[in-house]
Amino acid sequence: MKIPFSYTLRNLWTRKLTTLLTAGGMALVVFVFATVLMLEEGLRKTLVDTGSYDNVIVIRRSAQTEVQSAIDRAQASLIESQPEVALGADGERLVSKETIVLVNLNKRNSDKPTNVMVRGVGPRSLTLRPQVKIIAGRMFRPGASEIVAGRNAAERFKGAGIGETLWFGQREWQVVGTFDAGKSGFDSEIWGDADQLMQAFRRPIYSAMVFKLNDTAQFDALKARLESDQRLTIEAKRETVFYADQSDALATFIRYLGVTLSIIFSVGAIIGAMITMYASVASRTAEIGTLRALGFRQSSVLAAFLLEAQLLGVVGGCVGLFLASFMQLFTISTMNFQSFSELAFSFTLTPAITVKTLLFAMVMGVVGGFLPAVRASRLRIVDALRAA
Amino acid sequence: MYYLKLIVRNALRHKLRTGLTVLGIVVAILAFGLLRTVVDAWYAGSEAASKTRLVTRNSISLVFSLPLTYSAKIRQIEGVNAVSHANWFGGVYITEKNFFPQFAVQASTYFDLYPEFVVPPEQMRAFLRDRKGAIVGRKTADIYGFKVGDQVNLRGTIFPGTWEFVVRGIYEGAEARTDTSQFFFQWDYLNETMKKTAPRRANLVGVYIISIASADRAAEVATAVDRTFKNSLAETLTETEQAFQLGFVSMVEAIVVAIRIVSFLVIFIIMAVMANTMAMTVRERMAEYATLKALGFGPWHLTLLIFGESLTIAGCGAAIGIALTFPVAEGFGKAMGKFLPVFNVHAETLYMQVAAGLIVGAVAALVPCVRAAHIRIVDGLRNIG
Repeated sequence: MKIPFSYTLRNLWTRKLTTLLTAGGMALVVFVFATVLMLEEGLRKTLVDTGSYDNVIVIRRSAQTEVQSAIDRAQASLIESQPEVALGADGERLVSKETIVLVNLNKRNSDKPTNVMVRGVGPRSLTLRPQVKIIAGRMFRPGASEIVAGRNAAERFKGAGIGETLWFGQREWQVVGTFDAGKSGFDSEIWGDADQLMQAFRRPIYSAMVFKLNDTAQFDALKARLESDQRLTIEAKRETVFYADQSDALATFIRYLGVTLSIIFSVGAIIGAMITMYASVASRTAEIGTLRALGFRQSSVLAAFLLEAQLLGVVGGCVGLFLASFMQLFTISTMNFQSFSELAFSFTLTPAITVKTLLFAMVMGVVGGFLPAVRASRLRIVDALRAA
Repeated sequence: MYYLKLIVRNALRHKLRTGLTVLGIVVAILAFGLLRTVVDAWYAGSEAASKTRLVTRNSISLVFSLPLTYSAKIRQIEGVNAVSHANWFGGVYITEKNFFPQFAVQASTYFDLYPEFVVPPEQMRAFLRDRKGAIVGRKTADIYGFKVGDQVNLRGTIFPGTWEFVVRGIYEGAEARTDTSQFFFQWDYLNETMKKTAPRRANLVGVYIISIASADRAAEVATAVDRTFKNSLAETLTETEQAFQLGFVSMVEAIVVAIRIVSFLVIFIIMAVMANTMAMTVRERMAEYATLKALGFGPWHLTLLIFGESLTIAGCGAAIGIALTFPVAEGFGKAMGKFLPVFNVHAETLYMQVAAGLIVGAVAALVPCVRAAHIRIVDGLRNIG
């Protein structure tokens, strides 16, 4: 027969301070665990959303990032003329030849400098990136020293808001608009006219090219043909793959750091649960003896104590998760090691993370409660009753 | 003496519980120490920076370069002792995972500016004679097994192609905080190759390193340099080496701040565990405390006993944790050597660990003390724990 659930619940309630402290310690561990998972998910989502599956990005072979890459005009024309490139509504090829540089800007709140990606785009860029929408002001005019800033860039950097100006490449650039890129990496960028930026930076070459495929199935054949073409020294990737690769180092770093911390911290919390449960068993020796004398089996006693430990874990898990969910209000911005530029992303809570976190909390409880529960179930009835 | 005996006996009454608590504190103090050391490692570059070195880069950002001709102009500026230059190379050794910083440096001047990189004179002479020569830091040489005379090939990411180098020297750090993970080769080799393959990118320098006579003149010289190139095609930004290095740290500030916060969280977690232990201990002994009170011991005696026990347990844990910090940090530093070239435990970290141990012990005893001190003798004697 099972020991009633209310017995377990009341036991926790009687030792409020102890329950609170144990669950509190667990809640902190769960908070760290959930936060790291949310951070990794946020980073992944930001960069996955940046690319679209049908778009192909072309960079110089072994350049790794757009900033390091270089594609000269002759090569660009060759790539543009491939038959796989889709045509737009106006019959023009859906190709964007872009120049990407890093500009050192100061943050608004701390005045500390950081690298911001400035992307020179062509007339087709917006068609290729449907997620990018002007939310304030207007788009820059081709041929003018005008720029538009992504939502995060406008917020974070001095001189990147509408009506403000930035000085680089011996020119003053007027910020005429802010765009929203649906929480993708473009939100951390500044966009201008490619030809104007190439002039200002004295760079007669493009950095990278993006084009849309006619038929997405043609990618592998096109990639093989372009990369084996003797006239080209380039590498073609699907945009989604390219951006996922870009975040690889940062995501791995966050994951390793998070897993290491969670393991170390959970040792602390498990020890806390163990101490609590051992004490709980010790102070209830006579009670356990009585339960056994009443006919409850060893397995029932074991189950009751395991349940109690698990409940501690669940309470800690829920509190920790509740606290962690508030982290969604924050946006974190840091340098992406690979692209060497600032990237803003937010904590993202998904159902999968919720399940993982609660499981983690329960496992902590069970691991902490297992040995004490075994001790409780092994007590001999006579000895236990005598202990009172 | 008498109190001490009582405290130790009390602490050892529940050996399992005390043992577990001590273990928890050991883990927490160790984790705290490691996290602080990781944070310190980010700042290693700026700490090792010399006060008499300035770094001049393109004012737009580091990815833009400066003309080689600036070298002569900078040398003319008053207060400048010597000038050298370097380019970030960013090559890949076999695969992307094998990261170590590589710089093309002006061979004849660079090492004079960096006395902390100690190269044996005969190795230095061999390096200067070989256009494809390279000097590698001890740490990187150990990780990849580079020896003098070895050929090392790097695949260029910024400068296309496969580049061949021959290790001509291995430099040691003059101090423990010197970064010995870098790979230096001749700037002339880079430049001559670029002249052949991409003439547009030849004669360009990533950063100039300026040695100044005294640290007091840093601001003055930096302004003079930047004024010289104002309104040119490549405007400059000159700052002290320390500010230059801190610029990199500030870009990943969010991560550094997060690690800092987490390092305090672990102390909070263990505080909860420790407080729990003390709360349970005191609850079980209420009857004893009432007896002591009945015998005439005042609340202060009880407070002393409980505080003493809490501090003893926390102190033991902290001491073991601190002792373990050194070997663990060394192992961790070896494993993470590629990413954190300088990984030393600072004295400050030790002080903070001691403080954390004391605070955990003291805070944990607070509520139990108040309870024990305020209990009425009758209630205490009636208490059955």
